[in-house]
Amino acid sequence: MPQLSCQNLTLGYEGKTIVSGLSFDINAGDYLCIVGENGSGKSTLMKTLLHLKTPASGQIVTGDGVKSNEIGYLPQQTAVQKDFPASVREVVRSGCLNRCGLRPFYSRQEKQLAEENMAKLGIFSLAKRCYRELSGGQQQRALLARALCATRKILLLDEPAAGLDPKATEEMYELIARLNGEGTTIVMISHDVAASVKYASHILHIGGGSALFFGPKSDYIRKNVSCGGGTYE
Amino acid sequence: MNKLALYFEYPFVRYAMIVGVLIALCSSLLGVTLVLKRFSFIGDGLSHVAFGATAVAAAMRLTNNFLLVLPVTILCAILLLRTGQNAMIKGDAAIAMISVGTLAVGYLIMNVFSKSANISGDVCATLFGSTSILTLTATEVWLSAVLSVAVTAVFLVFYHKIFAVTFDEDFATATGIKAKLYNLILAVVIAVVIVIAMNLVGALLISALVIFPALSAMRAFKTFKAVTVCSVLISVSCAALGILISIVAGTPVGSTIVAVDIAGFFAFSAIGLITRRIN
Ligand SMILES: Nc1ncnc2c1ncn2[C@@H]1O[C@H](COP(=O)(O)OP(=O)(O)OP(=O)(O)O)[C@@H](O)[C@H]1O
Ligand SMILES: [Mg+2]
Repeated sequence: MPQLSCQNLTLGYEGKTIVSGLSFDINAGDYLCIVGENGSGKSTLMKTLLHLKTPASGQIVTGDGVKSNEIGYLPQQTAVQKDFPASVREVVRSGCLNRCGLRPFYSRQEKQLAEENMAKLGIFSLAKRCYRELSGGQQQRALLARALCATRKILLLDEPAAGLDPKATEEMYELIARLNGEGTTIVMISHDVAASVKYASHILHIGGGSALFFGPKSDYIRKNVSCGGGTYE
Repeated sequence: MNKLALYFEYPFVRYAMIVGVLIALCSSLLGVTLVLKRFSFIGDGLSHVAFGATAVAAAMRLTNNFLLVLPVTILCAILLLRTGQNAMIKGDAAIAMISVGTLAVGYLIMNVFSKSANISGDVCATLFGSTSILTLTATEVWLSAVLSVAVTAVFLVFYHKIFAVTFDEDFATATGIKAKLYNLILAVVIAVVIVIAMNLVGALLISALVIFPALSAMRAFKTFKAVTVCSVLISVSCAALGILISIVAGTPVGSTIVAVDIAGFFAFSAIGLITRRIN
């Protein structure tokens, strides 16, 4: 049974349809890259998968032991203001909240988990720093550590490498690949087709209001070549 | 000093002090979240609603106006936070509309129905809280104390959730935190704070009590916990100092406390500048 299954999804805002007829499955251990032009509906799809938005029609089914609140999320951009006082540790720990239920404080295990995830992402030394005073790449790592606190099963990443320099981008992709290697299912939106093809196991290409392609990346590469390459940029 | 000791012989002065400190405590707890959510003016809007409701309660000659003012203010708080989400009328316009509307209607009702000879004095007292804090009864003190403890308890129990919902509502919702529920709780708590704070500083000055300590603390500290703790300390000490000054110097309580808060804001801005230079 797939962890996340979309059946004939239609996405839209206030009656205006953006994408229709999306059907695909995501299985445990998959690395799915979603590609497509600006405004094609990638972020909208991700928000719908997270139940932040209701689909216009169709349904999303979670299975294989994944509950709907066990999905980690790295937003495209956070609307946090410049002056928000929050330390990296506070931000990362907030990922553990879905484990707390009604308990008003974090348990020792949850605090430990936050420390481990900060260490894993190489931001342990920044734990006491103010989140807003970090560089873009450091902020992305903090948010990824927060997402890892929420779950180890499935992560949804909306352009995790946006605004990072080439070296940091490379490191971010390696990090995500490592998490995938450890068994975390990855769903990532990316404009970087070369990297998508390099790391992903599956590709979903959205454009012109529907899915242009969904399948394993080997098929995508073959189809791309037979179309004369370059057309998917 | 002797003069102060003498004043504290009077029960109403002791009441004023207790209520003042409690109100300062819970208004500053919420201040941080309100400022960060860009809701600073909701406090202002709600206080005008509370003023309107007080006027209606006075016209109906209710003995305990809490019973009318509190539910009405809570209802408006919920409505205002709702409009923020699916804006039919944009958030700030809705607040402005409700706040000016209730202010005008409240004043109108006071004028039409009041039997008191000194209407402008009454209005002034409700707006600026000029003397009301020194005329509190024991019941009002108890009610304020109970509500303050309730507000503080709610804040402490939901502290981490409030942080998460303030910092990143989408992520919180995605991982199963009921952001809507916590926004609702926040709205109710804000309304309660406004209603009890009206006794202390009056309707027009409540926002100052909510916003200044939070802004002062944000000058000097960079973590949510430090800012919250610091703004509580600032708020409580400014309120205590303000009440003492107003007793000794005979100045109006509300505006004296706000003046002390403003001084605190400049002091903390200076501290913030200096620490940034050093680092
Ligand atoms: N809140 C909204 N209300 C109405 N329309 C919206 C809203 N958010 C996005 N849209 C529209 O939906 C479409 C898809 O937006 P979406 O953010 O999903 O694109 P995207 O594929 O993520 O693009 P990008 O690559 O730029 O991130 C766009 O045409 C956009 O104008
Ligand atoms: Mg997007």
